[in-house]
Amino acid sequence: MTPPALRLTGLCHQYGSTLSLQDVSFDVHEDELVVVLGPSGAGKTTLLRTVAGLETPRAGRIRLHGEDVTAWSPARRDVAFVFQNFSLYPGWTVRRNLAFPLQAPGRQQVDVAGRVEWAARLLRIEGLLDRPAERLSGGEMQRVAIGRAIVRRPRLFLMDEPLTNLDAKLREQLRVELVVLRRELGIPMLYVTHDQSEALSMGDRVAVLSAGRVLQMASAQEIYADPLTPEVARQLGQPAINMIPLKRVDDSWLVDEAGDMDDAGGMDVARASEAQVVRVDVPSSAPDGDRLWFGIRPEAVDVTGGGHEGRVRLVEDTGPASILVVDWAGLQLHLLVDKTRQWRPGDRVAPRLDCGRASLWPRP
Amino acid sequence: MSPFLQLSALRKVFSDGTEAVGGIDLACDDGEFIVLLGPSGCGKTTTLRMVAGLEVPTSGSIRLSSEDISQSPPQSRDVGFVFQFYALYPHLSVFDNIAFPLQSTGNTPEQVRRRVQEMVESLGLQDLVRRRPSQLSGGDHQRVALARALVRSPRLWLMDEPLGTLDGELRLEMRELIRTKQIELGITTIYVTHDQEEAMSLADRIVVMQGGRIRQAGAPAQVYGDPEDLFVADFVGSPGMNFVAGESMDGDVLRAPGGVFLPLPSGTSRTRALTLGARPESVLPDSGGPLTGTVVLDELLGAHRMVHLDTPAGRFIMRRPTTETYAAGTKLRLALAPDQVRLFDTESGERLR
Repeated sequence: MTPPALRLTGLCHQYGSTLSLQDVSFDVHEDELVVVLGPSGAGKTTLLRTVAGLETPRAGRIRLHGEDVTAWSPARRDVAFVFQNFSLYPGWTVRRNLAFPLQAPGRQQVDVAGRVEWAARLLRIEGLLDRPAERLSGGEMQRVAIGRAIVRRPRLFLMDEPLTNLDAKLREQLRVELVVLRRELGIPMLYVTHDQSEALSMGDRVAVLSAGRVLQMASAQEIYADPLTPEVARQLGQPAINMIPLKRVDDSWLVDEAGDMDDAGGMDVARASEAQVVRVDVPSSAPDGDRLWFGIRPEAVDVTGGGHEGRVRLVEDTGPASILVVDWAGLQLHLLVDKTRQWRPGDRVAPRLDCGRASLWPRP
Repeated sequence: MSPFLQLSALRKVFSDGTEAVGGIDLACDDGEFIVLLGPSGCGKTTTLRMVAGLEVPTSGSIRLSSEDISQSPPQSRDVGFVFQFYALYPHLSVFDNIAFPLQSTGNTPEQVRRRVQEMVESLGLQDLVRRRPSQLSGGDHQRVALARALVRSPRLWLMDEPLGTLDGELRLEMRELIRTKQIELGITTIYVTHDQEEAMSLADRIVVMQGGRIRQAGAPAQVYGDPEDLFVADFVGSPGMNFVAGESMDGDVLRAPGGVFLPLPSGTSRTRALTLGARPESVLPDSGGPLTGTVVLDELLGAHRMVHLDTPAGRFIMRRPTTETYAAGTKLRLALAPDQVRLFDTESGERLR
């Protein structure tokens, strides 16, 4: 069996006294795009820099195609790094910027002009080849930066939030181009982002990173549908999953007024104030214990399903659908609804929480 | 009755000769939430800065409650201007941060205390007043910043990409809090952003700008569903409309590149060079459809998926439920929902009805 393009085993990294990576182990297969998703400070950039050879791990191994490269210099690893901030040489034309990675001393001779034309064609920047870098728009610059990464045909792409500094429109467009381009090239990619929609859209698989640890790694669809922890659940999906604290009272499960939202991974959720007793159905397969998180996606709730009544606080138009922000049982729920009905603030709703579509976790 | 805020033929030419705002007219009702939306350089920020008094209009007028304020200094306009919410003074307590805009406004300490207390209670910050910003969670930090922005209760609230640097969940939370408070307090608001999603979710009315001009002003559903021109149709929506440019055959059929013929809605104008636009949710798999597409990419986005297809008439994006799957390379026939396609004059970009 051929070894994976990249294999990380037990990778640890330390900045001063903080462990920035803790026992990170995963593979990136040949022809795979793996997205590392996490908030700032999760260790994403450190991970990329360690793979690139710009940081030295305290423990663990990095293998490229089965070969242990942990001790190798960055240049010898033959990986290409694209940064968040476009790093082009001002004063140089696009052509010269693209050619530069091919002309480093010690590189084997290649048809430089041919490669540059090829990369420019793939990225649809042929028309810009003779323009100085400083006269490019943000989107054009980032295309050229990506062009500089592909022109060498490296063994692995490392991308550090390359679209973050671009306009929303351009981001949406370039992320699709990047996926298609990577597939055409057949070169594996490790792509780091804090943007959940990029992770969902781009990743063949997604690794959710938090405080230097991988919390879950699977296809985006699997993580979205079946997150292992409340923290993972809240990282994917916009609006975020509804997290409802439940407590067992005799044989029923009730919405827990005292439930502290901060338990859900340090994130806070605005709460409405009225106190009520609200019963929620929970399957017998629920985790043990008397306290649960009941997580349900905004699109999985039937708004007029005849459950406990709530009141619409806000209606947000998204174009094809609307988001209702609903005060319900002392909590605030986000519900995604189609536009067959016109909702207004103040409207009453009766959301049905179908436990068949929910995720349940023990709550400390 | 005259509108609460009225911009008339408002124009701004910078000293280097650049026309940033090319004579715009806009009336805002009392309590309305207006979003100025457009790409960078469209004139949205310059417009906002003229309303705030930070730029002097080259010509035209700004009337607030019928009073012409075009030439009055910023401090006399009683407008609250918010750039970004994240910047709190690190050395001041939560209380003092919120009280800060009330300094040098002639309020007595007792009035200041009472006003700050109101804001603290309204945003649920009671337990945090003695803390420093560094001791706050991200969400509380933002709530304090919002309290500070609201404490002076200005007549008009102006915001220039206030959520610019926030990401993910916090951004959404803050956006909802702004809107909730704005409705509660009834403050007329002008909010500038390049993010169409933000505009759609916040606005009573979106004003789409480009090249210093207003391309369209309308409710989110109107701007999304009934765009006035190609620019709006493309800029609004995530992603924008799919377009096919072609030649109208007697207003009956559109002849598009690649030998594609698409039916046109009845009563189509006689213009020959037409562009047909369809939202991703109006592109449908249909075994009898007039278009053949090959799946290039199946983008899963949580609650729905975007399927990117290559067709002889160009790239199409189709919005579908997550229960379906579309493997790359799959060929399928497509139709465009006839009552949902929009037609534009290819030449001028204008909507045809």
